[in-house]
Amino acid sequence: MTILVIAENTNSVLAPATLNTVAAAQKIGGDIHVLVAGQGVGAVAEAAAKIAGVAKVLVADNAAFAHQLPENVAPLVAELGKSYSHVLAAATSNGKNILPRVAAQLDVDQISEIVSVESPDTFKRPIYAGNAIATVQSSAALKVITVRATGFDAVAAEGGSAAIENVSAGGDAGKSAFVGEELAKSDRPELTAAKIVVSGGRGMQNGDNFKHLYTLADKLGAAVGASRAAVDAGFVPNDMQVGQTGKIVAPQLYIAVGISGAIQHLAGMKDSKVIVAINKDEEAPIFQVADYGLVADLFEAVPELEKLV
Amino acid sequence: MKVLVAVKRVVDYNVKVRVKPDNSGVDLANVKMSMNPFCEIAVEEAVRLKEKGVASEIVVVSIGPTQAQEQLRTALALGADRAILVECADELNSLAVAKLLKAVVDKEQPQLVILGKQAIDSDNNQTGQMLAALTGYAQGTFASKVEINSDKANVTREIDGGLQTVALNLPAIITTDLRLNEPRYASLPNIMKAKKKPLETLTPDALGVSTASTVKTVKVEAPAARGAGIKVKSVAELVEKLKTEAKVI
Repeated sequence: MTILVIAENTNSVLAPATLNTVAAAQKIGGDIHVLVAGQGVGAVAEAAAKIAGVAKVLVADNAAFAHQLPENVAPLVAELGKSYSHVLAAATSNGKNILPRVAAQLDVDQISEIVSVESPDTFKRPIYAGNAIATVQSSAALKVITVRATGFDAVAAEGGSAAIENVSAGGDAGKSAFVGEELAKSDRPELTAAKIVVSGGRGMQNGDNFKHLYTLADKLGAAVGASRAAVDAGFVPNDMQVGQTGKIVAPQLYIAVGISGAIQHLAGMKDSKVIVAINKDEEAPIFQVADYGLVADLFEAVPELEKLV
Repeated sequence: MKVLVAVKRVVDYNVKVRVKPDNSGVDLANVKMSMNPFCEIAVEEAVRLKEKGVASEIVVVSIGPTQAQEQLRTALALGADRAILVECADELNSLAVAKLLKAVVDKEQPQLVILGKQAIDSDNNQTGQMLAALTGYAQGTFASKVEINSDKANVTREIDGGLQTVALNLPAIITTDLRLNEPRYASLPNIMKAKKKPLETLTPDALGVSTASTVKTVKVEAPAARGAGIKVKSVAELVEKLKTEAKVI
């Protein structure tokens, strides 16, 4: 068995979710090859070659892959994928965008967001917003899978010495073009990789009040998240949303402030090790999953918390 | 242009589902069913395109049991012109659904196909991308803004770090994210009118599509329950517990 892992990258940086995906590949067993597709990805390829447990790094350097457009990247992955037993990608926005296109091109079903590997053909994945866990088995010769990063502990980023090999393939399919992007700037840790996450909901009342959470987060070295209500109300940008339709996090500590705890929000954070809820409504559903609940006005509790930690 | 919208009948998003005691699946008997929330957004976007004069006809399609007619009628009440039901009693995997949709696309020749980004039951997030692969069209997934100008669709997408805009050649596939729009409610007169709109029923056999799958669900379990938590009385007590008991700060 040989497994192909698609490296999540921004042309210059290898995303940490790749390390979790390699961890899932190790659980499956077999040789692990990593594909780095992008433009000017030399540094990413070198980083990928150092990942512990990686046998080979394939590099597809082409302007057509610069923005990970699925119309261009999927044919490359599908072509390379034919000689592998498994093709894995992290369940990031790129992985989710590209991999189903690859699966359909290869005429195989895809298994989305696995959280555990039971055997090389059997996997567990959450369904119904995480309210049920399905065990699924694939009889396909080639298994196409996205991996939920929080389900697997990252492998070491150093220690490997894989061979780097260039692959010449593909190009611009001429169906789509990159126009532009607006990336949110933040000095705080990345939400999905942070050890501590502080999240605010509708109870924050406005965007300005999120400054209380930023101060607390900075003191804890935490990332700041939000519920859908806070995003829809325009308090914070949507890439901060934690939940079924936003990001899935599983930090050591998750502090939910002014969040009621709707099913869709819990889907994104209930695998956190310790959950703290601060809410003035003692009936709020968030208290049913919180390890430590504090019924209090967040505008008094958060500044006090910030002073004490 | 003609717009095709795919909708799915799923358990209502407010329902807390229960796993069946025999672990064969979740219990959907006597549970409220609705249109998948992302599909509502897809229908709304198509209707807005028609209101702007961009779309000339909206065809809504669903693949599922006979009862999925209810969700198609809802879409018709929201502004779709006609409906197609591909009747299929079994629960299908995304690839089979994408193949059936491809057959409908071949038949209808729409310029734009709009789907939700994921169904809240299987949480797969695959069908739109798979349909794009099968048709060979460009894809604009997780769309939060769609602009159509002559032969191109400019789609702003929600990505992990923020927003990305891509230009797609038409025909194209778009999947909706939550912030694309706020779906409207169907008015009573429109619900009455929707009953008279055409609804065609097809079968996978009639479309010549095999729905066989290589992935099967072995069992479905309830997630591990979290241990009961405690309520603390003060911030000081909370900090103390986090430091000494949970040791997370």
